[in-house]
Amino acid sequence: MMATMEPEARDLLSPLLVPDEQAAARLHAWLAAAAAAEGILDVAYRTIDTPLGALLLAATEQGLVRVAYPNQGHDAALAQLAELVSPRILNAPARLDGVARQLDEYFAHQRRAFDVPLDLRLSRGFRHRVLTHLRQIPYGATESYAQVAAATGHPRAVRAAGTACATNPVPIVVPCHRVVRSDGSPGGYAGGPGAKRSLLTLEAA
Amino acid sequence: MRPFEQIVADYGPMVLRVCRAVVGPDEAEDAWSETFLAALKAYPRLDEGANVEAWLVTIAHRKAIDATRAAARRPVAAGPLPERAASAGRPEDWDGDLWAALAALPAKQRAAVAYHYLAGLPYAQIAAITGGSTDAARRAAADGIKTLRATYLARTREGEGR
Repeated sequence: MMATMEPEARDLLSPLLVPDEQAAARLHAWLAAAAAAEGILDVAYRTIDTPLGALLLAATEQGLVRVAYPNQGHDAALAQLAELVSPRILNAPARLDGVARQLDEYFAHQRRAFDVPLDLRLSRGFRHRVLTHLRQIPYGATESYAQVAAATGHPRAVRAAGTACATNPVPIVVPCHRVVRSDGSPGGYAGGPGAKRSLLTLEAA
Repeated sequence: MRPFEQIVADYGPMVLRVCRAVVGPDEAEDAWSETFLAALKAYPRLDEGANVEAWLVTIAHRKAIDATRAAARRPVAAGPLPERAASAGRPEDWDGDLWAALAALPAKQRAAVAYHYLAGLPYAQIAAITGGSTDAARRAAADGIKTLRATYLARTREGEGR
């Protein structure tokens, strides 16, 4: 509709049409802080640079709800959060400061376990139980999909255990990369097979 | 439903332009902030097919009325405001002559100009927001532009001639 603006009116108002990036950034930061203070920032997110590419981190008021690799599509991950959690989503780094710092330390070999509140609402039922078990696999160790299935009380649910790992909403922090095939080969991974190998190599060093 | 971040990115600059034109440089950022905080609060209940521009401008319109009423209740500052330098239409100085010219318009004309020319809303939509008929909204915008042409353009040309 801006295209139909009569040229003269556009000229008249042209001083107002100049983009103001500084004001936009200032107002966005104010909105994120005010929304969090009022308890209406249902999902806060940011991205961080890691050796495995830019990771999207998202948290509800309960805790970390999503970690997404570049190949998973950050926009797709945000769209899914809007659909399944709430569309009240803002790029608001403050809530993610703790997990961002811990991930930096992890990639720098200075951290072996994550201590952040989690919100695992995107995984229900059996998948949720699998994720709870994965958190007990120690740094540098691995288990097979069959062992994971057995540990959750469903030894025949090997394929379902694989699906639970593949759909882990918070990879790295919940270490699904520590689950490998019975023959020792890495198997599939949300961040791609290369990312899985990198994490296993990192933890073996 | 799109993440609200997308709404801020897509419409934030438009709403800021509208706020600047309607309440002026000093109140604009407060009006923008209150508009987007209220919008975020109500966002999950917005209809999927809703016209987001019209929805945001409707909220901004209410916030602008609130801001104007609050300003009217505040004690008047002593003495006249210092006069700003003539800007000769340089964009970075929009809040000099252009705001002076917009501020001199009747509120309905200022709103109609901003909502049509800065927000891109059709006159029927503007009438629904400001009250009155579609024709009245169209006339208000036309009269506003006519007055701006006379006051603002005359002033900037004068500034260039100096």
